[in-house]
Amino acid sequence: MSDPLVVLEGVNKHFGDLHVLKDIDLTVERGEVVVVIGPSGSGKSTLCRTINRLETIDSGRISIDGKPLPEEGKELAQLRAQVGMVFQSFNLFAHKTVLQNVTLGPIKVLGAKKADADARGKELLERVGIASQADKYPAQLSGGQQQRVAIARALAMDPKVMLFDEPTSALDPEMINEVLDVMTSLATGGMTMVVVTHEMGFARRAANRVVFMDAGRIVESSTPEQFFTAPSSDRAKDFLSKILTH
Amino acid sequence: MDTVFGNLDVFAEAFARTLSLTLFAAVGALILGTLIAAMRVSPVPPLRWLGALYVQAVRNTPLTVVFTFVVFGLPEVDVKLPFYRFAVLALTLYTAAFVAEAVRSGINSVATGQAEASRSVGMTFMQTLRLVILPQAFANIIPPLASVFIALLKNTSIASAFGVFEGIQGMNQLINDDGSAVIAIILTAAICYLGLALGLAALFNQLERRVRAS
Repeated sequence: MSDPLVVLEGVNKHFGDLHVLKDIDLTVERGEVVVVIGPSGSGKSTLCRTINRLETIDSGRISIDGKPLPEEGKELAQLRAQVGMVFQSFNLFAHKTVLQNVTLGPIKVLGAKKADADARGKELLERVGIASQADKYPAQLSGGQQQRVAIARALAMDPKVMLFDEPTSALDPEMINEVLDVMTSLATGGMTMVVVTHEMGFARRAANRVVFMDAGRIVESSTPEQFFTAPSSDRAKDFLSKILTH
Repeated sequence: MDTVFGNLDVFAEAFARTLSLTLFAAVGALILGTLIAAMRVSPVPPLRWLGALYVQAVRNTPLTVVFTFVVFGLPEVDVKLPFYRFAVLALTLYTAAFVAEAVRSGINSVATGQAEASRSVGMTFMQTLRLVILPQAFANIIPPLASVFIALLKNTSIASAFGVFEGIQGMNQLINDDGSAVIAIILTAAICYLGLALGLAALFNQLERRVRAS
C-alpha cells in the first residue's frame, strides 16, 4: 500500500556551474525511514535541504503530503513548521535556554500557551535524556547533548517528517551513539525520516530503505540488507569496499 | 570669561536643544534604520534593492543637501513644519542610512545556521529577525551604533544654518553680543559637545557591558 509523504520529481539544482542534483526522483512513504548515503559532494545534503526549501531548486517538483512546496512567504513558513530539521552543526538558538529552544517554535509559530509548551518541552527533553539541563544555555552542553536538544526542538512542532542532515558528523565518537539511539527510537516509533549520514550501522539497523547517491544522482535505492550485502552498482560496491574494510 | 559664566543659562538652553535634536533623531533613525537593514537582508529582491538604494543615495550625500531638500523641498509639496521638526526629520533620514549599515553588519555577524534553524521551525522572516537574529546581533551593533550617534550629535550643528536654535546658534548669539570673549565662548561650546559625546559613549559602553553579560 502506497501512502507517499514526500515526493521529489525530476529535481535539478545547480551551484553556479556545478550540477549538484540531477533529475532526482524520490518518494518517501509515510512512516518510512530513508537513509541517504554517498561520498562527500554527491549532493545528499543538498537533497535533504531542498525538501524544506532551505535550498531552492532549478527545476522539478517537490511536494509534501500532497502539497507542492510554496514560494518564499507565510505559506512556506507554515509548511516548514511541519517538517523537522536537524543540522550537522546543531544550530541551537544561542541566546535561549535549552527549554526555550524547544518551546520557541510552538509558542511563536503554533500559538501554544507558554505553560503547555513548557510542559511538552520538558516531556520531550526527558525523552531525549536531557531534562536536567533544561535551564542551561546551548554553549554549556556537549555536542551530543546539543544535538539531542535539536531533535527535541524539531519534535516539539509535531512534524510530519524529520530531516537529518549529517546529524552525527560534528560529534566526538563517544557522543555519536547517544544521538543515534534517540534517532533509532524515533524510527521504531513510526516517524517518517530522511537521514543523510555516514553511519552505516544506523542505516542497517533503522532504515527501511537506503538511497545511494553519487555525483548528484541517485544511483541505487534498495533495502539495507540488499544494499550492504549485494549492491547492484559498481559505484556503490566501490564505496562500500572503501568504508567497510577498516 | 564673564560672558561665559554670566550666560551659562544660554549655553544650557542651547545645548539642551542640541541634545533633544540628537535624541529624537536617534530614536527615529534607529527605527527607520532597522527597517532598512531588514529590507536589505529580506528574501524579497525589490525590497533589498530599495534598501540598498536608500543607503547608497543618502550615505553619499552631504547632510547639508539632505537638510536643504527637507527644509526647502518639502514645503514645495505642501509639507510645512516648524524648522525644529524639519531638522529632526533631516537628521533622522540621514542617520538612518548609517544605522542601517551598523545593524546589517550586526545581522551578518550572526551565524547563518541560526536563521536556517529558525526558518526550519516555521518562523517567518520577521519572526526570525526579531526573535533570533537581532537579539544575538545586538551586542555587535552597539559599538558601531555609538559612533553613528556621536556623529549625529555633532551633525545637529548643521541645523543652526536652517533656523534652528541649538548649540551653535547659542554660541553665535553670545559671540555677537560680546566679540571680545570669542575664544572663551567657542571653547565652552566645544566643551559642551565634548561632554555630551563622552556621556553618550559612556552610556553605550555601559549598555554593551550589560548586554554581553546577560
